[in-house]
Amino acid sequence: MTTLTHNKITGSILDLAKAQTSFGTLRQSAIKFIEENGLPAQKAEEYKFTPIVKKLESKLSNFHLAAATSISQSDVEQAMIPGLEADVLVFDNGHFSPALSSYTQDNYTVSLFSELDEQGQSTIGQVAKIEKDPFTALNSAIFADGISIEVQKNKAVTKPIVFMHFMQANQGDIIAPRIYIHGAEGTEASFLEQIISTDDKAYFFNPVVEVKVERNAHLRYYKLQDENPEALGVNNLEADIHRDATFTTVTLSLRGDMLRNNLNLNLLDSGCEGNMYGLYLLGETTHVDNHTNVDHTMPHSESNELYKGILADKSRGVFNGKIFVRQDAQKTNAFQQNNNILLSNEAIINTKPQLEIWADDVKCSHGCTTGQLDEEALFYLQARGIGKDQAKALLLYAFAGEVMDHIKIDVLKEHFIGLVQARLEKF
Amino acid sequence: MLSIKNLHASIEGTPILKGINLEIKAGEVHAIMGPNGSGKSTLASVLAGREEYEVTEGEVTFKGKDLLELSPEDRAREGVFLAFQYPVEIPGVSTTNFLRTAVNQVREYRGQEALDAVKFLSLMKEKMKLVEIDQKLMSRALNEGFSGGEKKRNEIFQMAMLEPTLSVLDETDSGLDIDALRIVSNGVNKLKSKDNATVVVTHYQRLLDYIVPDFVHVLYKGQIVKSGTKELAMELEEKGYDWIKAEVDGASV
Ligand SMILES: Nc1ncnc2c1ncn2[C@@H]1O[C@H](COP(=O)(O)OP(=O)(O)OP(=O)(O)O)[C@@H](O)[C@H]1O
Ligand SMILES: [Mg+2]
Repeated sequence: MTTLTHNKITGSILDLAKAQTSFGTLRQSAIKFIEENGLPAQKAEEYKFTPIVKKLESKLSNFHLAAATSISQSDVEQAMIPGLEADVLVFDNGHFSPALSSYTQDNYTVSLFSELDEQGQSTIGQVAKIEKDPFTALNSAIFADGISIEVQKNKAVTKPIVFMHFMQANQGDIIAPRIYIHGAEGTEASFLEQIISTDDKAYFFNPVVEVKVERNAHLRYYKLQDENPEALGVNNLEADIHRDATFTTVTLSLRGDMLRNNLNLNLLDSGCEGNMYGLYLLGETTHVDNHTNVDHTMPHSESNELYKGILADKSRGVFNGKIFVRQDAQKTNAFQQNNNILLSNEAIINTKPQLEIWADDVKCSHGCTTGQLDEEALFYLQARGIGKDQAKALLLYAFAGEVMDHIKIDVLKEHFIGLVQARLEKF
Repeated sequence: MLSIKNLHASIEGTPILKGINLEIKAGEVHAIMGPNGSGKSTLASVLAGREEYEVTEGEVTFKGKDLLELSPEDRAREGVFLAFQYPVEIPGVSTTNFLRTAVNQVREYRGQEALDAVKFLSLMKEKMKLVEIDQKLMSRALNEGFSGGEKKRNEIFQMAMLEPTLSVLDETDSGLDIDALRIVSNGVNKLKSKDNATVVVTHYQRLLDYIVPDFVHVLYKGQIVKSGTKELAMELEEKGYDWIKAEVDGASV
C-alpha cells in the first residue's frame, strides 16, 4: 500500500510488540497487520486531514511503552468530579492501579486481563478488530495488560464507573491502556473516561476500549478530553450491540495538540440502538478529529448522531461520519448531524458524511453546517447591557448546549456544562 | 440629556448620516419621521453603538459622557435603550434567562445588588402587566417564532425591565393592530417621567395620538431638515413628504 508508511515508529513498535509474550494470537495478527500495512502516511485517505504519524515522529523522543509513575491518592482526589458518586478505576500511564482505585464491584467485577482464564482472554480483540484501524492494531501489538469489566446479568450498576487515565510522559511516550467491557443481558451501566495530563510534555495516548452490549443491555460511555497542549492521541472505541440493546457515547473535547477519536458501533441485531454525541470547543492550534462509523446489519435498528463544534484561533476540526446500512437492515433509522461555528478565519473544519445504503426501506438523514457567530444577535444582547464576552458565551451555549442534554447523570452533566461554559467565556 | 452635534456616519464607505444636530432634555418626547431610507434606523443604531456604522464626524454626549466612546453594553448600562425595528430571533436563549442576565449586569454597573430568582420573577410579573405580554413567551427562546406584534411588545417589556433614561423606539408601532398599539403606547407612557426621555421613530401620526411628542423632526437624506411640534406630524400625515423633499432638493440645486 503506497499510502501507508514504514518508518522508525513502525520499527520501534514491532520491537515492542515482539517483546510482549501474552496474547499470542492477537499479538501475531497485529504484528502481521503492521508489518504489511505500516502506519498511515499523510496521503492515507482515513488520515489525510490528521497527519498523526508526522506528529509522532516530530514530537516523541522516548518511543517505548510508558511505565507507571508516581501518581498519588491526592492526584486522584483532585481529579475527581466534585459531588460525583462513582467507582474510580485509576490508570497510571496506562497501567491499572488497584491501590489508587476505589470501587465496590456491586453488580460487576473488575479483572486484569492477566488474571483471566484462557476463554476470558480469547474474548480480547474480538470486538475491536485490528483491521479497522492501524492504531487499533498498534495498541493490540503493544499493550501490556488491561482490565475486563463484567457487568452481571440483569443488574444495574448504579454508580458510574470512572476510568481515570493519568499521563506522564517521562517514563516513555506511548500510553496504551486496554479495556474490555462486557454488559451481559439486561444490564445497565455508565462509564466515564477522564484523561488527565500531569504535566505539559508530549505523549501519545492510544487506548482501545471494546464494549460488548448484550441483549437488552443499556450502556453509556462519557468521555472528557481536556489534555495538555502537546498531547497526541488516537482513541479507539468499538462496540458490538446486540438485540434490543442500546449504547450511547458523549464525547467532550476541549484541548490537546492532535486528538483522533475512532468510534465504531456495530448494530448487530434488531431493535438495537447506537447513539453518538460529541462537542468540540477548540482554540489555539488544537486539532480534533472525530471519525465515527455505525454499521446497521439487521432490520429495525436505529442510530442517532449529533456532533457540534466551535473553533477559534488556528484550531482544526475533522468530522467524518460513516453510516453503513447493509442489505438485510430494512427499516433502519439513521440520523446524523454535524454543525460547526468558526470564530476565526484561520480555523478550519473538514466535515464529511459518508453514507452507504444497501437496503431500500430505510430512513436516513444527514446534514452538516458551518457558520459564523450571528453578529446581529450579538449586538442585540449587548444592546441590552450584556457584556460582549458573556453575550458571545450565551449565543455559543445556545448552539452547543443541546449535546449536553444527552448526559443522563445530573452531577456529571452540570460538571460538563460548567467546563463548556468556562471554555466558551474564553472565546 | 442627549446632545448630538454635526453627526456624520457611514456604512461600508457610504455616508448615511450627514450632519445631524439634536438636543434632547429630560422629560421630553421627540418624534423622528421621514421617508424610507432617510437614515432613521441608522441614527438609532449609531446611538446604540452598532459597530458596522462608522462615525466620521461629530459628537454625541449623553448625560455629560462621550457616548461614542462607550461599548454597546455600557451604553445600555448607562441608560440608552433601543427598541429594534426588527428584533432579532435568538434560538436556544430563553427570554427569561436572557432578561435576568441583562437586568443583573445593568444593575451591577449601576451599583445595585443583583436580583435573586424570586425578586426577579416578581419584577418580571409587574412589568409584564404593563405591556400585557403573554407569560408563555417568557419560557420560549428569545423572539423565536414570535409574531410581529409579540416581538414589538417584547421590546417594550424589555424597556420596562431595564428602566432606561433614554429610549429610542424604532417603528415600534409598525405591525401593531389598534389594540396592541394602545397597549404598547400606554406602557411607554407609564414609563415616562420627568427624568427620562423618549425618541419615537415612526411613519404614522396615529402613534403620536397616544404618545404625544413635544417635538417632531423630519429626517431626509441623513439630515434633520425640519423640526416642529406635533402639528408638523399632522401636516405630514396630510400632505406626505413631497413638499419637504421639494424644499430641500430645490434649495440644494
Ligand atoms: N449595510 C448597509 N449597506 C449599505 N447601505 C445600507 C446598509 N444599511 C443601510 N443602508 C442604507 O442606509 C440608508 C438608511 O437606512 P435606514 O435603515 O437608516 O433608513 P430608515 O430611515 O430607517 O428607513 P425605513 O423607514 O425604511 O426604516 C438606506 O439607503 C439603506 O439602504
Ligand atoms: Mg428604519
